[in-house]
Amino acid sequence: MSEHIVKAYEEELRLLDSQIAKMGGLAEDMLGRAILALDRRDPELAEQAIKDDKAIDDLERTIEEQAISIIARRQPMALDLRQIVTVIRISSDLERIGDLSKNIAKRALAVANEQQPKQVMHGLKHIGLSSLEQLKNVLNAYSNRDADKAMKVWLRDERIDAMYNSLFRELLTYMMEDPRNIGLCTHLLFGAKNFERIGDHATNIAETVHYLVHGTAITEDRPKSDITSTSVIEYPDMHWKNGKD
Amino acid sequence: MNMQQTPSTADAPSIQTAVRTDSATDTRVEMHARRVSVFYGQKQALFDVDIDIPSKAVTAFIGPSGCGKSTFLRCLNRMNDVIEGARVTGEIKLQETDIYAPSVDPVQLRARVGMVFQKPNPFPKTIFENVAYGPRIHGIAKSKADLEEIVVNSLQKAGLFKEVKDRLHEAGTGLSGGQQQRLCIARAIAVSPEVILMDEPCSALDPIATAKIEELMDELRQNFCIVIVTHSMQQAARVSQRTAFFHLGILVEEGETSQIFTNPKDNRTQDYITGRFG
Repeated sequence: MSEHIVKAYEEELRLLDSQIAKMGGLAEDMLGRAILALDRRDPELAEQAIKDDKAIDDLERTIEEQAISIIARRQPMALDLRQIVTVIRISSDLERIGDLSKNIAKRALAVANEQQPKQVMHGLKHIGLSSLEQLKNVLNAYSNRDADKAMKVWLRDERIDAMYNSLFRELLTYMMEDPRNIGLCTHLLFGAKNFERIGDHATNIAETVHYLVHGTAITEDRPKSDITSTSVIEYPDMHWKNGKD
Repeated sequence: MNMQQTPSTADAPSIQTAVRTDSATDTRVEMHARRVSVFYGQKQALFDVDIDIPSKAVTAFIGPSGCGKSTFLRCLNRMNDVIEGARVTGEIKLQETDIYAPSVDPVQLRARVGMVFQKPNPFPKTIFENVAYGPRIHGIAKSKADLEEIVVNSLQKAGLFKEVKDRLHEAGTGLSGGQQQRLCIARAIAVSPEVILMDEPCSALDPIATAKIEELMDELRQNFCIVIVTHSMQQAARVSQRTAFFHLGILVEEGETSQIFTNPKDNRTQDYITGRFG
């Protein structure tokens, strides 16, 4: 693609692009810290992740202002228009990813001193790392304008949903076993949900990359396997319900 | 009691919705061009243009200077006939009429395919006479009252009547640029054409006068087929339902305006509308 005749326009678009790269890098770092904070029970890492969120929020505002200003002053067309729309959408997804990571870090702080179930913590780390990988891949797909790679991310979200389902069941089982687990498990359940939501934002970005490259939305339905919204888990010893007593 | 009773009569006036979508475009073809080439002496200016221009819609021709868009526009009402050394080949039909057939009188054709130019060019006559001229020479008006009705109607359709109704017998050249352009549009529609060609009708006008012409085009397209050549891509995006991009005498791409401006298929279109042409 050749460059714009007006050099300042070219530079403005490039600046936007580099800010998205910066914001993406921050979101990755923050999510990585939140995962580590949870895994290592490290309050310092958690605090750091919580602080990082402000930089992401600031960047989102800056990007949005610059994008609106370009629309007003330059009336972007075609690929340029799609680029601007893309930047606005991705920055808003990254901002949400920042918020969710911050929330995970807060919960990591809250549970740092509690006795934690090993298997669940392992599962949580796993879903966290998977969502981080999805984020990294989709940001790469964006910077390379690689719609095929974005599509792969889009399709892989199903795996995260499956991990979340199994964590959901496991945590509920712990809560049923001993009500004293409820406080801890609720934090961990929300943490897992947040990772799952981050995965969803990564797929949003994947859809946006597809739009940027091809100019059309993905029309097929994404395979989804988060079934927790409709799941009911029976308490094992509900004798009175079955009228056995 | 129901306060908002809907009129039950079948002949109640239909309510025009404010939202006009691209899909509302009449798909009937008004003008149809196949393999149209234009030569100026030895030099070929236009190469095998194929296009269907829909009725009751605005079609915009865009492209850099010298791309052939005005040349093609002038083919549509045989304005190239008057250019020394110009030769047009191929086929252009206005509905069923082959407009280059020997039996077609170019003067009669131009009553069916009117034209508005870049610079407003009212005759050095009164406002009334400017509009009355066409109907008179084409023998459209049957009586003086008839003629007056046509003049008033045309001025109303061109959105000018209110501004000039007290000075119909003053010189048309005394109007402002925007008013003169709307006078030229009134003059064009006075002979009830089917098609109105506009060659950069707003490039000599300020933004307010431009907005008035654009609003007018939006109203006129309810009844006419409009083709506009414009250098302003924003204008093409605002006023047209279909856009055709010309480059180096070739019709590169033609399609729904929203598609052309968000997702053009051809890289040359993309480069031009995003300001990347080297």
